[in-house]
Amino acid sequence: MSDIKRLKLPLTKDAMRDLKAGDMVRLDGDMLVFRDAGHKRLYQSILDGNQAFDFTGETIYFMGPCPSRNGEALGSAGPTTSCRMDKYTPYMLDNGLAAQIGKGKRDVASTEAFKRNGCVYFAAIGGAGAIYGKCIKKAEVLHFEDLGTEAVRRITVEDFPVVVAIDGNGNSIYR
Amino acid sequence: MIKIDTQYIAEKIRIEIDKISCEVEPSCRAALREAFEKEQSKAAKFALSVMNENIDLAIAEHKPVCQDTGMAVVFLEIGNEVILTGKLLQHAIDEAVKDAYVTLRKSVLDPVTRINTNTNTPAVVHTSIVEGKNVKIQIMLKGFGSENMSKVYLLNPAQGLEEAKRLIVDTVAVAGSNPCPPVILGVGLGGTLEKASLMSKHALFRKIGSKNPTPHLDDLEKELLAKINSLGIGAQGFCGKVSALGVFIESYPTHISSLPVAINVLCHCSRASEIIIDGEKEGEICQI
Repeated sequence: MSDIKRLKLPLTKDAMRDLKAGDMVRLDGDMLVFRDAGHKRLYQSILDGNQAFDFTGETIYFMGPCPSRNGEALGSAGPTTSCRMDKYTPYMLDNGLAAQIGKGKRDVASTEAFKRNGCVYFAAIGGAGAIYGKCIKKAEVLHFEDLGTEAVRRITVEDFPVVVAIDGNGNSIYR
Repeated sequence: MIKIDTQYIAEKIRIEIDKISCEVEPSCRAALREAFEKEQSKAAKFALSVMNENIDLAIAEHKPVCQDTGMAVVFLEIGNEVILTGKLLQHAIDEAVKDAYVTLRKSVLDPVTRINTNTNTPAVVHTSIVEGKNVKIQIMLKGFGSENMSKVYLLNPAQGLEEAKRLIVDTVAVAGSNPCPPVILGVGLGGTLEKASLMSKHALFRKIGSKNPTPHLDDLEKELLAKINSLGIGAQGFCGKVSALGVFIESYPTHISSLPVAINVLCHCSRASEIIIDGEKEGEICQI
């Protein structure tokens, strides 16, 4: 499709300001990957006053991959349901997180946090694991290796298809 | 009588998991292509185009369609003239699941400690005894983005079928974008709490577009599908015409006090299949 924007990661506030809910975007660059168990452990480390790692300026992709086959960086790698991370989202956006990528609607508190911080929530296409796996060029485990598929990873992506689901004005693609 | 070794059944399951994790059930794949043609909303059409392209890629390169390769759910219908020999059925199946999941995601863990079993075992195995000499295996790799959106209700008779219908449609409305729509719904009506739930899972093995053999249930399926598609959820919840591909109902007599209703939600990537082991050809005939 011709009306697809391209954006480089990490995302700046300026770049995010130009995005509107419903925009189709292709992303290139580095992002963090983790989901339920990774968020729970990170959040607990913050509550304990000993934050496990920094996420300032990062984009987090909610995903737990399949193992890689045939020497690829990662196996199938589509998004998981984002609302399970709503509990942690306002704190993280208020403390420097740039954007999140997942699938599905967010709660009111998270939506307001995106608006308050001029941050963006992207929806990846749920179930499209093979396509997203192919977009991942590099992957390494950074933290919590014992969590297996739920460990914290850094990945480098090319041509990664997403839709702006909540923009920096708090507009949502979902009803 | 016919002897069938449980490892023979397990090997069939292992091969089938490897196959179905990297494809979508054919009637579901066809329905998704049709949905792309039908859809007019720009974002939902874009989602459907990516979903269809993903299925083609997964099949061509033999890669999991979705990274959530699910929990393995197995329904076995065992003929009453079959004797199962060898390992315990659950053990044989779990070994097959463990082997099959080496290249798939290990998503199964202890519910209390949340420690992963690292093998994707145990499988969830349901057995029933039927007439005959065959073993029917139905296997599904059930993702939990959709499983989490499923519901069970025990209604009272005064609430009746109208309330059941409202709750079935409402389940899809509330789930919205979460279960990766367009969804497939399995509905269990009647029985007990667990019987309704089992029927709702089993109904998901029906082929998209198939008729319910019971006319009043077929009418009900059509009515519910039309209502769900008028919700406007669309593929991925991006708003659009196609919110569900099918509604499949199984029913069973229930108690005078109740109307159990179980609603099992399945995503657009149905990874399910059926194998029949022909006892006379594949088993060993024996006298007892």
